[in-house]
Amino acid sequence: MPANGVPTKITQGSGTKGGIGESTLRPDGTLKVTGEFAYSSDMWHEDMLWGQILRSTVAHAEIVSIDTAEALALPGVYAVMTYDDLPTEVKHYGLEIQDTPVLAHGKVRHHGEPVAIVAADHPETARRAAAKIKVEYRELPVITDERSALAPDAVLVHEGRDDHHIGHVAHPNIVHRQPIVRGDAAVAAARADVIVKGEYTFGMQDQAFLGPESGLAVPEEDGGVHLYIATQWLHSDLRQIAPVLGLPERKVRMTLSGVGGAFGGREDLSMQIHACLLALRTGKPVKIVYNRFESFFGHVHRHPAKLYYEHGATRDGKLTHVKCRIVLDGGAYASASPAVVGNASSLSVGPYVVDDVDIEALALYTNNPPCGAMRGFGAVQACFAYEAQMDKVAKELGMDPVEFRQLNAMEQGTVMPTGQPVDSPAPVAELLRRVKAMPLPPERQWESSEGADVRQLPGGLSNTTHGEGVVRGIGYAVGIKNVGFSEGFDDYSTARVRMEVIAGEPVATVHTAMAEVGQGGVTVHAQIARSELGVAQVTIHPADTQVGSAGSTSASRQTYVTGGAVKNACELVRERVLELGRRKFGSYHPAWATAELLLEGGKVVTDGGEVLADLVDVLEGEAVEVEEEWRHRPTEAFDLRTGQGNGHVQYSFAAHRAVVEVDTELGLVKVIELACAQDVGKALNPLSVVGQIQGGTTQGLGVAVMEEIIVDPKTAKVRNPSFTDYLIPTILDTPTIPVDVLELADEHAPYGLRGIGEAPTLSSTPAVLAAIRGATGLELDRTPVRPEHLTGTA
Amino acid sequence: MDFLRPASWEEALAAKGEHPTAVPIAGGTDVMVEINFDHRRPEYLLDLNRVGDLYEWETGEDSVRLGASVPYSTIMEQLRAELPGLALASHTVASPQIRNRGGVGGNLGTASPAGDAHPALLAAGAEVEVASAARGTRMIPIDAFYTGVKRNALEPDELIRAVHVKKADGPQQYSKVGTRNAMVIAVCAFGLALHPRTRTVRTGIGSAAPTPVRAEAAEEFLNAALAEGGFWDNGKIITPSVAKQFADLCAAACNPIDDVRGTASYRRHAVGVMARRTLTWTWESYRGARRTEGAA
Amino acid sequence: MRVNFTVNGRPQEADDVWEGESLLYVLRERLGLPGSKNACEQGECGSCTVRLDGVPVCSCLVAAGQAEGRDVVTVEGLGDHARQRSCGGSDGVPLDAAKGWAAKAGTDSQAGEGVELAPIQQAFIDAGAVQCGFCTPGLLVASDELLERNPNPSDADIREALSGNLCRCTGYEKIMDAVRLAAARQSEGV
Repeated sequence: MPANGVPTKITQGSGTKGGIGESTLRPDGTLKVTGEFAYSSDMWHEDMLWGQILRSTVAHAEIVSIDTAEALALPGVYAVMTYDDLPTEVKHYGLEIQDTPVLAHGKVRHHGEPVAIVAADHPETARRAAAKIKVEYRELPVITDERSALAPDAVLVHEGRDDHHIGHVAHPNIVHRQPIVRGDAAVAAARADVIVKGEYTFGMQDQAFLGPESGLAVPEEDGGVHLYIATQWLHSDLRQIAPVLGLPERKVRMTLSGVGGAFGGREDLSMQIHACLLALRTGKPVKIVYNRFESFFGHVHRHPAKLYYEHGATRDGKLTHVKCRIVLDGGAYASASPAVVGNASSLSVGPYVVDDVDIEALALYTNNPPCGAMRGFGAVQACFAYEAQMDKVAKELGMDPVEFRQLNAMEQGTVMPTGQPVDSPAPVAELLRRVKAMPLPPERQWESSEGADVRQLPGGLSNTTHGEGVVRGIGYAVGIKNVGFSEGFDDYSTARVRMEVIAGEPVATVHTAMAEVGQGGVTVHAQIARSELGVAQVTIHPADTQVGSAGSTSASRQTYVTGGAVKNACELVRERVLELGRRKFGSYHPAWATAELLLEGGKVVTDGGEVLADLVDVLEGEAVEVEEEWRHRPTEAFDLRTGQGNGHVQYSFAAHRAVVEVDTELGLVKVIELACAQDVGKALNPLSVVGQIQGGTTQGLGVAVMEEIIVDPKTAKVRNPSFTDYLIPTILDTPTIPVDVLELADEHAPYGLRGIGEAPTLSSTPAVLAAIRGATGLELDRTPVRPEHLTGTA
Repeated sequence: MDFLRPASWEEALAAKGEHPTAVPIAGGTDVMVEINFDHRRPEYLLDLNRVGDLYEWETGEDSVRLGASVPYSTIMEQLRAELPGLALASHTVASPQIRNRGGVGGNLGTASPAGDAHPALLAAGAEVEVASAARGTRMIPIDAFYTGVKRNALEPDELIRAVHVKKADGPQQYSKVGTRNAMVIAVCAFGLALHPRTRTVRTGIGSAAPTPVRAEAAEEFLNAALAEGGFWDNGKIITPSVAKQFADLCAAACNPIDDVRGTASYRRHAVGVMARRTLTWTWESYRGARRTEGAA
Repeated sequence: MRVNFTVNGRPQEADDVWEGESLLYVLRERLGLPGSKNACEQGECGSCTVRLDGVPVCSCLVAAGQAEGRDVVTVEGLGDHARQRSCGGSDGVPLDAAKGWAAKAGTDSQAGEGVELAPIQQAFIDAGAVQCGFCTPGLLVASDELLERNPNPSDADIREALSGNLCRCTGYEKIMDAVRLAAARQSEGV
C-alpha cells in the first residue's frame, strides 16, 4: 500500500438530520480545504519510479523506425517500452470500438499520439530518456475536415475496419451516422411562411479539468497490479486495461484516487495502461503525472462541429419543419463518437414541437485530435445552432424570441423526432418565463464616483475602455439534454450497503464504485442512507473495483442511477433489519407484525411514531449487508435508417438569460449576468444543485467567448496546448449567476429527481451569443466568438 | 545544471562573467515555465533573488532608478505618481501572484514583444542600466534596447541592474487587449505619455511587431499638430480628425502577424482604437490639470 | 543540491534536489506536503499558490534554490497561520472567536476530526465553494491573504484578488460567497 495518499474512509453524521433535500456539507470538505485529500497526482510510494510518455510530433505518419538504445543506456532508466514490448495479443483499447493502440504501431494518426514509454528514478531522468528515443517518421497527407475525409482518393484513417458501424456508413472515414426522419419535411416546408437557413461552426473545447491525468501503479505479489487512479468509470477502465496486460480482471485492482474534475475528459483511458505496463515490467511502483501541455494531448476533447440548419414557420409563429445536418469531427480514434452522434441527432431540434423533420448527424475520422465525451455530449453543439436559428426565425416573423420559443415549447406528452413521447414534466415555457421574469442587473455598474471601474468593464484590468464603445445586449436560450446512457445500453449501477453497530451507534456504510469527481455524489449517498436507514452516521467507503460497476460519472446520471442503487440497497437492508427486529422483538409488540415500520432517528418506529426498538438493540452482534445492481427503465436503439426508437430514459431542461456588455470597437465582451432556470425534479442537495448549475453555466460561457483548441488545418497539429493560450474564464470573466430551481417530479426516477449536471452547459453558450448579437447586430455563426469576429478583422 | 546563488551584485556580475551562458532567474515567470515544460535546460541558473539592490528604487530629479527586480505589485502601489504608465501596465501583468514576484528586469531580459512593461517604458522614455564585471556599467536607451524577436542589446556577460524611467511630467495611459478580462498575455498593447515640458507625445506598441516599437510617425504628426494648433497652451479638445489620423498612424506603425492569440488585421485595428482612446484620456487629464492649475 | 527553508513554521531540509526543480515539486514530492497543487506549472492557474515570506506566489515558478532560507506557508499551515495571526491580535480577531468558527470541523469528517480550520477554510466548506477541490488550496491561500490585507473587500476587490486562481467546477459564485462569509464572520468576531 502507498505510504502516503491512501484514500480515506469518510464518515458523515449530523444527528438525525442530514437526509435528502437538505444542503448537507461535503463529507470530504475538511480534507479538501486542509490539503490532505489525496488526488491521484499526490500518490507516493517508497521506491517508486516516474513514467514518461514519448508522443508523436506529427499528426499522420508511418513510423519508419524507433531506436531506444540511447534512452535505455541512461543511468536511472529502468524500462523503455514500445509497441513491440506489449505483453499480449491485445494491443488496442477503446470505449466502444477498440481502435486505439496502446502504443503506436507502424503509424501515428494524430499529433501527440503515444509512441513509447519510459520509467526512471526521477521525472527529469525520464524526460531526458524520452528525448533520446529516436523515431523516424514518413509523413502522410492529413485528413482534417469533411471534404478531405470523404474525397474519393482520401487516405483512410483506419484501414480494414471491422466494427459494427462500418456496415451502415457511406465511407470508412465516417465513424457512425444517424439519420432521423419523421413526418415529411418537404411537404411541411410548403406550408411555411418563412424559411430560415444557417450554417454554424462550433470550436473544439477542452474539459480543462484542473487536476491533470495521473496515477500510481503498484505491482502486487500475485503478479497483478493495483492502480490508484483518477477516472470517471473504474470498471470501464478495468475492462480495457486487463486484456492488454494479459491479466484476469481480478488481478487488476483499482482504487479511485482524488479526482481533480473530469467533465467527460476522463471517460477514456489516458495513462492507466502505460503505468501498469511499466510497473509490471520493472517490478516497481510507477507514477505518471501529465503536465498541462501533455494533458491537452492526453484526453479527448469536445467534438468541433459544422451544423447546417433549415427551420420553417408559419406567420403565426408555429414551426413547420426542421432539416439539419450535423458533422462532428471525431478525430483520429472513435472514443465516444457513436454515442455523441446519437445525442446530436436525437436532440437536434431542441425542446420544441416539430412533427416533420429530416435530420442527419455523423462523426468523421480525421487526423485531428480525438474527440469524445464532454459535458453536454453532442447536445451542446446542436443547442448552439438551433437556438441561433430560433432567434433568426423569430426576427424574421417579427416576434419576441422568448414568446416564439414558448409558442413552440414541448411539454409532457410531446413526441420527440425519434417518435418517443416525453413522459415526465417538460416545463420549457415555464423555465423561459422564469428566467425572463428575473430582475435585470442595473445599467452601467462600472460607473463610480472615482470614474470607471475597469474591473467591471469589457477588457477588465487591461484598461481598454472607460465606457467608450460599450453596448449592452440581452439574449435567451433553452436546451434539452438526455439523462443516463441511451440507445439500449444496459445502464446500471451497484451499491453495497452495510449496517452495523460501531462504538455503540448504528452506522451505515455505503460502498459503490462511483467516481466522485467533484459533483458531490458522496454527499448525496450519505443523505440517501440517512433518509432510508434513519441513522446519523454514514461511512462512504472508497470507490474501488471490489464492488460491482457504478457506470460512469457522466451523462448527468450518477445521482439517478447510483443514487437509485444506493436507495434500492438501503431499502433491502431496511427490510432485513426489520426482519431481524421481528425475529428478536416481534413477540413483545403486535405492531411489529401489523404496522408500517420505519427507521428513524436510530430507532424502529411505526408510521404512527411509536418507538418499537433501538437499532442498536436490533443490530447487536449482527451486521446486515446487501449488494445489489439497480437499473433504470430500458431504452431502445435508434433505427439506423429512420432514427425511430425510445432511445432515452429521461430529459433535462435549462434556460438562460445572458446580459452582456460588448466593447463594440475592440470586440471585447464582459458578461454581466447569466441567469438560469432549471427543472431538477427533486433537489437532493440544493447547495450542490446550484453549484452544478453555476459551474455548467460557466463552461458554456467559456466556449462562447474564449475557449478553443486551435488545430492547424495544414498540419493537424495543436497550436495552443497550454493555459497561456487555451483560456478558460477567470473570476473576473464570470458574472453573477442567479439560479431559479424548479422541482417537478419525474415519477419514474428515484425521489422524482432529474439529472442536472449537463443541461446548464447547453443553453449558456447560445444565450451569450444571442446577447452579443443583440449588442452588435452581427450574425455570428460560430463559437467561440473572438474579438476579430466582432470587429471585421478575422 | 548548476544553481548559482550570488549574495551581492558584484558576485552576480562575477558569476555571469565566468559563465556567460548562465540564465538569470528572478521572478521565474519566464525561466521556470521553460524549465517546467522542458523547453530549456540551461547549464547554469543564476539566482538573483538574494541581490537586495535589485529590489530597491531611487527617485531622482528627473527619473526613477527602478531596480530590475522591484515587483510589479510594488510599482502599482508605490510608483503610481512618478511612473503612472508603468504602474498601469504593471496592473495588467498576469496574475496577482506573478505581479508579486516579477519585475521589469524579467520583461527586458526576455524581450518578448508581448512583455507588458515595454510600451510604457517606450512612452515614458527610459534607459536600461546594464553592467558586466569586465567593463562596468553602461546605459542603453530603451529605443535601442530591443534588437529582434526575444533579443535585446545585452552582451552575454551583462546583467540588467535597473531601468531609469523618466518621471512623468504629464498624464500617461496604458491599454492592453487580451481575450480574457484578467491573467492574459497581450494580443497587443499601447502606451502613451504626454510630455508637456518638452511639448511632445511618446508612444509604445506591444505585441504588434517583432519587437516593441514606438509609433514615431504618429508622434511626429501629433507633435506638429499640437504645436500648430497651440493645443498645449490653449488646452482645447483635440479635434477628431487629428485623433483619427494619430490613431491611423499608430496602426500603420504595426507590423503584426497572425497567431493563435489574434489576427494581424485585428492587432492593427485594436492599436488604432487604443491609440485614440489613450490620447483622449491623457489629453482630458491634461486639460483638467490645466484648469485646476488655472483655478488655483 | 541541498535546500533549507521554513515551511509552516518548521525548518525543512531537502537533499539531492535537481537544480531545475520548482518549490512546488520540493513541497509535494520531497517534503510530503502535496496540498499545493500542480495544475498548470506555468503560473496560469494559481493552484500552487503559497506565501513566500508572506507574499502569495506561484510555487511552480519559484526555483527550489530560490527558497533557500526563506519562509513558506502552504495550505497545510493555513490553520496555524490564522491562529497565530489571531493570537498576535494585530488583526483584531480573538482566539476564542476563531475556535468558535472551527467548531463544526470535527463533526464533518473522520479524518478531519480535531482539525482546527482557518476561518476561510470553514467558509469554503460552509458556502459550498469546494467541488473537485483541486483549485481550493491555492484559492484559500490567496483569499486568506486578501482578508488579512483588506478585511472588508468589495466584490470587485475579491474578483481582482482571485483573478489569478482558476476554478473549473464552481463558476466562482460559491467562492465569492465563501470569501464574503469569511469576511462577515471576521468582522462579527471583532
